Amino acid sequence: MRSPDLLRFNLRLLTGQWFRTLMTLLATAVGVAAVLLLTGMGEGARRFVLEEFNLLGNDVLIVLPGRKETTGGIPPLTGEGTRDLTLADAEAVLKLPGVRAVAPLVVGLTQAEAAGRNREQMVVGTSLEFFRIRQLGAAQGRLLPELPLDRAEAVCVIGSDVRRALFDQQPVLGRWLRTGDRRCRIIGVLEDRGVSFGTDMKDTVIIPVASAQQLFNTQGLFRLFVQVRHLDLIDSLKPEILDLIQARHQGERDITLISQDSLLGVFDDVLQLLTLAVGAIAAISLVVAGILIMNITLISVSQRTPEIGLLKALGASERQVHRLFLSEALMMTLIGAALGVVIGYTLLWTGHWLWPQFPVSVPLWALAGAVLLALAVALMFAWLPARKAARLPPVLALKGITDA
Amino acid sequence: MIRLEQLCKRYQLGDEPVQALDHVDLNIAAGEYLSVMGPSGSGKSTLLNMLGLLDTPDSGRYWLNDVEMTALGEEARAAERNRRIGFVFQAYHLIDRLSARENIELPLVLSGTPPAERRPRVDELLQRLSLDRHADHLPNQLSGGQRQRVAIARAVIRKPALLLADEPTGNLDSHSGQDVIELLEELNSEGITLVMVTHDAHMGRRARRRLWMQDGLLLKDEQDAQP
Repeated sequence: MRSPDLLRFNLRLLTGQWFRTLMTLLATAVGVAAVLLLTGMGEGARRFVLEEFNLLGNDVLIVLPGRKETTGGIPPLTGEGTRDLTLADAEAVLKLPGVRAVAPLVVGLTQAEAAGRNREQMVVGTSLEFFRIRQLGAAQGRLLPELPLDRAEAVCVIGSDVRRALFDQQPVLGRWLRTGDRRCRIIGVLEDRGVSFGTDMKDTVIIPVASAQQLFNTQGLFRLFVQVRHLDLIDSLKPEILDLIQARHQGERDITLISQDSLLGVFDDVLQLLTLAVGAIAAISLVVAGILIMNITLISVSQRTPEIGLLKALGASERQVHRLFLSEALMMTLIGAALGVVIGYTLLWTGHWLWPQFPVSVPLWALAGAVLLALAVALMFAWLPARKAARLPPVLALKGITDA
Repeated sequence: MIRLEQLCKRYQLGDEPVQALDHVDLNIAAGEYLSVMGPSGSGKSTLLNMLGLLDTPDSGRYWLNDVEMTALGEEARAAERNRRIGFVFQAYHLIDRLSARENIELPLVLSGTPPAERRPRVDELLQRLSLDRHADHLPNQLSGGQRQRVAIARAVIRKPALLLADEPTGNLDSHSGQDVIELLEELNSEGITLVMVTHDAHMGRRARRRLWMQDGLLLKDEQDAQP
């Protein structure tokens, strides 16, 4: 039998029983769409997190005060140090060979006031290196001046949200801003960059680290970013930094070191696994669709028993009959899978349109996997009924008797 | 053309074994017109199915055109059925969702004949059986006689050497039955070998050679003198 004839023959069959066909198509389509949707969402979540964290280069180590066991889990974002991590510690780390730069971080909330307006404001104390490490630039004016770490200066750089909230469209460079009981002069506005580590840089006021220490009356650092000279040095520098701080903290190893790699690695693994898991759960619906296809094919075989007998009488061999029923199931699945892909992508893009910040992408393995799985399931489940049809003795089949 | 040698077939019908064919020997020459008669359960349909390669004997041998059919595999027997044998059934066995034309060309489709080659052959046959007006009708839009003519067209579209008819007029009124039998005889007069199973003695007498069967045995083999 020629392929176009086979196709036409099957198509006649499928359109002839359109309700049955539609239901089977729907089952397959829902299965494929579910796989696409769930893996698409999982992959979207993974990308979302990765993009968030990727702003930090992977040559950067983060030092947290306080010791936490980080055996596979997500490291703490709030330190619970017994001993403070100080600016002196930061200076000491900077002197280690292989360290290019350090950026200490002091963070706190305070009341900010300017131009008669008032708001609760996150204030970040840091140094110029912080901007380099985080790859932040100034949209207007300049960034913090290069200062010794322990020198306070009454200047600040503000994020775009702060600017909008306090000044609207007025020019801001050179104006005064009051944070808590201190004043600082605005020397720059930060360019718009995304959220990262849960901190929206658009909504912060950035001042020199020593100024922040005075403002919040603290010696302890919230974080210390350490940038190494070369990626390969990260692993060898980790113990060196730990040893150094331990020596400075009276033998107490009370800091936690995390690198973006380990952090991202954990997130990546977890989310990839999650995507795989939800994909697998969705795949179950495909298997259910397969069972439906098996039933439909079985019904088709018993309904068409006389026809099978006739086809055999007209010279169809067992192989031809087998192929006829298999191709019918495959065709149905292929159409169903195509429908499912369309539905899946439509839903994903609708979701993306509703929440544009959420990246949407179906991994290729999920797309190919879903379609291939649907076909494999159809082939598997239609195989037995098709063989049953092929093996029907023609004499009995012509009389409509299925079982010899 | 056909030679059967000690052909045996036994069925299990409930608890009772039925000897459908009991050491049957038979020779049929090309172009013969043969009727097989007998009471139901006499084995005449089994004989027809054996000749049509739809059934396999328990023992004995069958040659068609000097090729031993009993030695062939399933695939080869299917090909022989397609090429050399046409079937006409009492219940027509047309496929409901296909038009008359599509039903007729089914054997050509199965053998992989390209559409361009199929069309003129089907057209010619439709014309000859005066079915051309009904080419695109579905079987349920046709009368019984028309359906059986479509079935006959399907049986002879591959120009087989052997035409097997199992009660071809059983479902028809006498007028259409007459039409159908005349059509079969006309095909026979053009050289096709016609074997017809019937329990209608009147129909059976039309054949030049008449077999009577009972309990799987050939009781009587009558032949008219050659005209």
